[in-house]
Amino acid sequence: MTAKRLFSAFLLGATLSSPAFADQDPAVEQRQGQFKLYVHNFGLMGAMAQGRIDYDAEAAQTAATNLYHVTRHDQSRLWPEGTDSFSIDGTRANPAIWENLDDFVEKFTAMQTAVEALQAVAGGGLPEMQAAFGPVGQSCQACHEAYRDEAS
Amino acid sequence: MRRAVFGLITLAALAGATAWMLSGPQPLDSAAIAGLSGGDAESGRAVYLAAGCASCHMAPGTDADPLLLSGGRQFESDFGTFLAPNISPDPDHGIGGWTQEQFLNAVMRGISPDGKHYYPAFPYTSYIRAEPQDIADLYAYMMTLPADATPSQPHDLGFPFNIRRSVGLWKWLYLREDWIVTGDLTEAETRGRYLSEALAHCAECHTPRGALGALDHDRWLMGAPNPSGRGRIPAIAGDSFTWSAFDISAYLASGLTPDFDVVGGSMAPVVNNLRQLDRAELDAIAAYILRAGQ
Ligand code: HEC
Ligand code: HEC
Ligand code: HEC
Repeated sequence: MTAKRLFSAFLLGATLSSPAFADQDPAVEQRQGQFKLYVHNFGLMGAMAQGRIDYDAEAAQTAATNLYHVTRHDQSRLWPEGTDSFSIDGTRANPAIWENLDDFVEKFTAMQTAVEALQAVAGGGLPEMQAAFGPVGQSCQACHEAYRDEAS
Repeated sequence: MRRAVFGLITLAALAGATAWMLSGPQPLDSAAIAGLSGGDAESGRAVYLAAGCASCHMAPGTDADPLLLSGGRQFESDFGTFLAPNISPDPDHGIGGWTQEQFLNAVMRGISPDGKHYYPAFPYTSYIRAEPQDIADLYAYMMTLPADATPSQPHDLGFPFNIRRSVGLWKWLYLREDWIVTGDLTEAETRGRYLSEALAHCAECHTPRGALGALDHDRWLMGAPNPSGRGRIPAIAGDSFTWSAFDISAYLASGLTPDFDVVGGSMAPVVNNLRQLDRAELDAIAAYILRAGQ
């Protein structure tokens, strides 16, 4: 139900934003901003998982809960049609997203599922957190491989 | 006057004959590879992962099975579009009927069983530096993979690049067996050089190319335009690249950058393969990359 609600109005943005002003479409910066918030939390757990910093159960749990919430942010106005990297500058969103919207949503949902599992265990010990952290990274990677361009 | 014309014709004929000779296939010395063992499939799996055969030869799409080498992926270049062939052990549409020697000549010399040149879109330009025994092990491993009967598709190339014989001249000009990074290397750097320059072909993506598509050795790993046309392949040498050995090794093992961004694009399959190797192998690659950047 979450995925459906998050994406049911996925293309609504297309009707709300004028393609002529696509270059200034604030949705691009906003969706990039949400990914920065992912990293703000995902990165803290990553640093613990890789042993760059000490594991701290409370901090890990807070980060995982934050990540759980930011990855549930409604996406419907963040991906208006015409905001792909062929149409405008300043984005790495590959046009294939809009050709395979179902698959894109599926990969987004897979990430949500992996994050939910991480949120359940992140404060329960380093090995537990590490085991659930790996699949989250894989779920980010699966989408970036298919739908995110290389940086310029 | 007649003499001059005759001289010119002779010269042209000589040039043509020379080009024809130079462009002929130069296979491996049969005697040198006759002593190889039948190949150890378990070691061959590690070679398969390091060399990234699946990245190009698995079916198109990001959810494809990396053990089913049915081909069909497309590779853009300045010369046209290449389509990776089926190299599963299917006897009719793959390489099931090939001998070990035919396989070695394809992978390490870019020569087909019927003596034709392969295009360097197939990175035998790197694999030429591999240990023949490793490629024999790879052969043993690949023969255990599932067969698939998808027919290979022709490439879409413009003239004169559609003439395979012309690849022979290209090889004469550019195909080199020697190492790029030389000097006093530690054991880890030496192992890393083998993995990176011979098998994992990092430079094929991370190094810019000259007019005829040959790698620019003076700008080794300094970043390159993306053949797909979007974005750039980042530099992993030079002043702008400031990662530590741990950063590089962790990235190859997990796909995570030191800022905890997550890998994407054509680097993602590289990580998917390399993360299955021993961490010591990734540490060796990291040691080599830092050494190459000095
Ligand atoms: C369903 C697809 C998808 C998933 C899942 C996904 N991403 Fe992304 N990500 C993208 C796309 C597309 C972009 C490019 C957005 C743009 O430039 O408009 C992007 C951009 C980014 C960026 C760059 C933001 C910037 O500054 O421009 C970061 C960092 C990032 N993602 C991290 C993550 C992390 C961490 C995860 C997992 C927790 C993740 N992403 C999961 C598709 C995805
Ligand atoms: C960067 C992409 C790429 C990688 C990596 C790659 N190949 Fe290929 N391969 C190709 C292309 C493109 C061709 C077609 C060359 C031609 O037709 O001239 C090819 C051709 C071949 C052929 C000839 C098939 C035939 O039907 O004649 C074999 C065998 C082969 N590759 C094996 C391998 C093996 C084994 C590996 C790993 C060690 C590998 N390839 C890695 C792109 C790749
Ligand atoms: C098939 C092409 C290809 C090959 C082969 C390849 N890379 Fe990459 N590499 C890329 C691309 C594309 C990126 C950018 C990834 C992204 O957009 O997330 C990248 C990114 C990287 C980065 C991150 C750099 C940064 O500043 O973000 C490192 C480190 C790296 N590669 C190292 C290697 C090493 C080491 C090898 C060999 C073992 C290798 N690569 C082989 C294409 C390749």
